Amino acid sequence: MAEPLRPDGHDIDDIDDNDGADVTDVADLGEDPLVIAGEAFRSRLILGTGGAPNLDELERALVASGTELTTVALRRVDPSAPGSLFDLLRRTGIRPLPNTAGCFTARDAVRTARMGREALETDWVKLEVVADERTLLPDPVELLDATEQLVDDGFVVLAYTNDDPVLARRLEDAGVAAVMPLGAPIGSGMGIRNPYNLAIIREAAEVPVVLDAGIGTASDAALAMELGCDAVLLATAVTRARHPVTMAAAMRHAVEAGRLARRAGRIPRRLYAEASTSFEGLADLDAGG
Amino acid sequence: MSAAGDDGAVRLTVNGDEHVVTSGTTVAGLVTGLGLEPRGVAVAIDGEVVTRRTWPDRPLRGGEHVEVLSIAQGG
Repeated sequence: MAEPLRPDGHDIDDIDDNDGADVTDVADLGEDPLVIAGEAFRSRLILGTGGAPNLDELERALVASGTELTTVALRRVDPSAPGSLFDLLRRTGIRPLPNTAGCFTARDAVRTARMGREALETDWVKLEVVADERTLLPDPVELLDATEQLVDDGFVVLAYTNDDPVLARRLEDAGVAAVMPLGAPIGSGMGIRNPYNLAIIREAAEVPVVLDAGIGTASDAALAMELGCDAVLLATAVTRARHPVTMAAAMRHAVEAGRLARRAGRIPRRLYAEASTSFEGLADLDAGG
Repeated sequence: MSAAGDDGAVRLTVNGDEHVVTSGTTVAGLVTGLGLEPRGVAVAIDGEVVTRRTWPDRPLRGGEHVEVLSIAQGG
């Protein structure tokens, strides 16, 4: 059985995620890298390649996002397809992360992961095992099964999962390198539907938490980072935006702003006002009138 | 399944389509014959991944189902 989650019950805004150093420029975030399985990334935005209108637009969006890691799928070769995604990745120096998109069973996901390992000579995999085409929600049973098999086989597993703190814990117990809970269904653009579950996942996890799926616009990405996520993975919100390159830049800034805000420590939420200006020394303008 | 036919042709399935190669063609030869650069490509035969370093030593046999995958935009 999974161990119980931390039962502190503390104020969710009472978080100090700062090591004490003032951070006043996003460049300083370089001292605060995202570390997954011992590898450091300056960017906390992982941009997927799915949904882009063409490779040229995709390349410019990837560059504008500042991402250092990008997901790719495995599909039957199409010798007639224009351009090469492989060449694009080599040219930009962005590291590819093969996924198992389109897999509904642990068996298919494990085989697809092995194909990705062969194609890209990487042990890293974004593990996706979804339950049905309508929701694309992760199938927890198949996901955990596939995770156990792939970890046994030496893979570095970044698991796309539900916003379920217990499942996240079970995946971590099974040896994932990162848990990647959804904010909302893939491609829905509905943002973060359960910020409280995400906060609980973040509290309990000792591996990086990457918000994956559901992001619609920049404020969603900022919120994910403010909630303490270590990174954000998104694709559709950029690639299907009216202007993908501009949205990619917006996401880069949003992730940086959210990270800075998290480290800065937000004020607690209050029902009533609290004056920032002292009432002491207020003039009596009615006197002598 | 049978090996090469009398005419030296090996009939198999590649990505769901019928395909004919000459007897003795290896996985490496198939990939090259499809006009592909090996990098970024993975091959499975009858559902099992064929490790890249074994491509030159693995001849294709009649009736095999070959999947040739490459990276594509996704996720």
